[in-house]
Amino acid sequence: MIAALTTASAAIAAQTGQTPLTVSVPPVEYSTILPELVLIGGALVLLVSSSLIGRRPPRGFYGLFTLVVSALSLVATASLWADIVHLGPSTAISGAIAVDGFNVFFKVLVASSLALGCLVAEPYLRREGLEGPEFFVLAMLSASGAMVMAAANDLIVLFLGLEILSIALYVLAGFHARRVESREAAMKYFVLGAFSSAIFLYGIALVYGATGSTSLPAIAAFLSRNLPAETGVLYAGMALLLVGFGFKVAAVPFHTWTPDVYQGSPTPVTGFMAAVAKAGGFAGLIRVFMSSFPTLRLEWKPILLVLAIATLAVGSVLAVVQRDIKRMLAYSSVSHAGYVLIGLQAASSKGVAGSLFYLLAYSFMVIGSFGVVTLVGRPGDADHDLDAYRGLASRRPGLALAFAVFLMAQAGVPFTAGFLAKFYVLSAAVESHAYALAVVGMLMAAVAAFFYLRVIILMYSPPADDAPEQPRLVIPVSLGAALGVCLVFTVVVGILPSPVIEFAKRATLLL
Amino acid sequence: MNFPLLSAIVLVPALAALAVAVLPRSRDDVVRVVGVVATLAVLALTVVLVVEFDTADAGFQFVSRHRWINDFGIDWALGVDGISLWLVALTAVLFPIALLGAGPTRDVKSFTAWILVLEAACLGSFLALDLFLFFVCFEIVLVPMYFLIAGWGYENRVYAALKFFIYTLAGSAFLLVGMLSLVFLHRAATGDLTFDLATLGESTAIAASTGRWLFLAFTIAFAVKVPLFPLHTWLPDAHTEAPTAGSVILAGVMLKLGTYGILRFSVFLFPKAAVDLAPLLLTLAVIGMVYGAIVATMQADLKRLVAYSSVAHLGFIVLGTFAFTSQGMTGGVVQMVNHGLSTGALFLLVGMIYQRRHTRQIAELGGLQKPAPVLAAVFLVVMLSSIGVPALNGFVGEFLVLAGTFVTHRWWAVVGVSAVILAALYLLWAYQRVFHGEPEGDNATMRDMDWREGLVMAPLLVLIVGLGVYPKPMLDRIEPSVARLVQHVQDRGDLKTPTVEAPQPDPAPGAEP
Repeated sequence: MIAALTTASAAIAAQTGQTPLTVSVPPVEYSTILPELVLIGGALVLLVSSSLIGRRPPRGFYGLFTLVVSALSLVATASLWADIVHLGPSTAISGAIAVDGFNVFFKVLVASSLALGCLVAEPYLRREGLEGPEFFVLAMLSASGAMVMAAANDLIVLFLGLEILSIALYVLAGFHARRVESREAAMKYFVLGAFSSAIFLYGIALVYGATGSTSLPAIAAFLSRNLPAETGVLYAGMALLLVGFGFKVAAVPFHTWTPDVYQGSPTPVTGFMAAVAKAGGFAGLIRVFMSSFPTLRLEWKPILLVLAIATLAVGSVLAVVQRDIKRMLAYSSVSHAGYVLIGLQAASSKGVAGSLFYLLAYSFMVIGSFGVVTLVGRPGDADHDLDAYRGLASRRPGLALAFAVFLMAQAGVPFTAGFLAKFYVLSAAVESHAYALAVVGMLMAAVAAFFYLRVIILMYSPPADDAPEQPRLVIPVSLGAALGVCLVFTVVVGILPSPVIEFAKRATLLL
Repeated sequence: MNFPLLSAIVLVPALAALAVAVLPRSRDDVVRVVGVVATLAVLALTVVLVVEFDTADAGFQFVSRHRWINDFGIDWALGVDGISLWLVALTAVLFPIALLGAGPTRDVKSFTAWILVLEAACLGSFLALDLFLFFVCFEIVLVPMYFLIAGWGYENRVYAALKFFIYTLAGSAFLLVGMLSLVFLHRAATGDLTFDLATLGESTAIAASTGRWLFLAFTIAFAVKVPLFPLHTWLPDAHTEAPTAGSVILAGVMLKLGTYGILRFSVFLFPKAAVDLAPLLLTLAVIGMVYGAIVATMQADLKRLVAYSSVAHLGFIVLGTFAFTSQGMTGGVVQMVNHGLSTGALFLLVGMIYQRRHTRQIAELGGLQKPAPVLAAVFLVVMLSSIGVPALNGFVGEFLVLAGTFVTHRWWAVVGVSAVILAALYLLWAYQRVFHGEPEGDNATMRDMDWREGLVMAPLLVLIVGLGVYPKPMLDRIEPSVARLVQHVQDRGDLKTPTVEAPQPDPAPGAEP
């Protein structure tokens, strides 16, 4: 049968003068993508089982399930890390997946963000009457997309990860469907995100056209041997890729969706989005530019420098005038993207390590911050004016203290992870002689301190006399646990950062 | 010595702050006791430090060094020399006094915790031998002070606290970048990544032109803190709006972080640039002295007057530092301590008056000498010390500064002397308006100082008189370290030794060694 087919196709080939078309299925090393598979499998199991079992599961089951799945994913990541330590970095599935420390670093970041995000979201969904498995299914899928982005060693796989991440996030942004703001956020995010995906895809096409490959090492190898005659196509492709990434990480001038989407999305989603989407975007950005275009760094470094300065300035300055805490944190997340870009534009392993450290520290600070905002937003998720924070310290001193620590960490106060993160990226900038950029970064930190401190001082000032009597905020156990983990991480890493620095360094050395 | 004395000095208040933080809010009594005991314990440790200090050794003593962040070559490195010794002592003295004499009226727990954090951070800054550790402490100081001003201050406190924070943070931006540049330039030359002060000070990796930029980067941060004219505008607001304890610490200890930073880091690390740019710094110092004094004369608010007098007095310290003579620098260090004692005491006294009269407007006070003779007498002594009258501590420092400056920078010293006269003008005039004359209204019935307030002021008075009459123990410990620093500047900064031989200082009658 097969022989007959082969002869038949050979006959066709002989007739048309073409070689026979064969599809080779590459070997799939499932162990190297186990963390992603755990998340996707968990999502499917949750989706299917909850549809099959009609009965409503015990309270908090979905959240707990997601927590277990993300823990399993972390375990799988740990075993991957052990392999890498023993056998060194490698590629899998015909070179489409890079198995290295960089990949593992982002997997750890994403899995822990997922776990923390679910702890924050679980009580929120109950409070808002949105209980159900869908939220957690989407969160797991979205996280798996971010992991694929970090692992991708090929532009097509990268795009695949980007879409898995984004599409789930579009739905999550509109999850609080009764709130018109949430629907609006989903719509905006989706339309703009679809545009950015298209631009990104066009960038892939142009890079493929210029270099003849979508595999990142192949592109690098091609560029190290010869500079293509049509540099315009290559540069245009690079620029379009940068636009796509810039959109995901909310770098100026591709940040305009950020305030509206951050404000409108359900608050736990905002925290999750800030941590995971930024991480995924930066994972792709770092991987593509550091491993595919290192020979062109003289071309892209100045662009990143300008982007970094613009991002820092716009993010910090516009955050100052916000009255809505979620908008303020949205602009502050823009400025944080600027700091990560500072490390990146150094284009050195130290700079990348700084950026990775920054992203990890930021994900804990931002999930913690939005965790507090979730709680203070009260039922309806609408109480996000800065005045809602007036006198918080006298009502819930622990909560106010936690928020104060998260905000100070974001401002870069010493003995928090945020300070060391800034220190790390700025030292990389200084080492690469970008003194002006480092000074701008520090001055913008001073500007940013203004709006972080404004919230802190509101929390610690006495409650307004005419404030309506409101029921005491109850801190749900899971939310409290998430805040505790974020708080401990922020402070402990701020005092003893060496293990995390070591991890970030190894993640870049193996890049 | 096996006992880690310096680490203990830094960690005792830090741990006490943690202890206070976990105590229940209802136990104000326990909180107060913990706060006072912790600050007194630091004082006791500091007394041990001063006694055990080896006057013959100009280098760093009691050094304790532990690896902190390996990847950056950052150490937990503490050490003390003749310059930092007295600033540590000043800090240790002023904190218990501030806590006892101007304790909180509400929210005792948070206040005490912030004060203790502040003390740990100040001590850490003075003792740090590692640039990173210094920077971290220098920055963290802002947080408790911000909360003290914003939480317990007067009407305009939020504005003042924010201005203070942003101003200083913006200055620190340059410090951090300068520090990192120095470290990486050093590494590029030697391959050794370190934040160690002594190693970097001896480094020859920095070109003269680069050194000048780095010197400016460091000095801007410190000049904001000092504050040096024209970067002083945060100070009057912060001092006036801060609660009394905050003002005492702010003026007494935190401004010294700036002058100490200039001496320890700007001058030590970049001696050549310091010598080159000395005329600029001297000029700014003199402008600050005269300007601060003139503005102080015009103030209607007693606390604001004292605040501006700080601008003037801190100019003296900078003047002495950039004279690059042993007398000048010694005088600068002595003046740091003096200013801490006398301005701290003045703020306490102003606080007492405000507590009784609920006003600080000079025009609304008057004739207070009648109802409160003890308060008036103490005020007089402290004020004279601030003016720099012989036999009180202020004289020793100002004399040394002016004598030291006169040798190398004559005209700056000549103009600077006018600030002494102006100080007499604004302080005596204020004293006259507040305490002399016939008391009217509420002024006539003002309560005098009670025994508890007297007890708080007593150590300050003893030190003011004691250091004025017999400064030798202090000078003995300062001079070797200062001489070493001056030598370092002369060796590395192409500084010619003064052609006119400096006259031997005659600090005060009866103070001859």
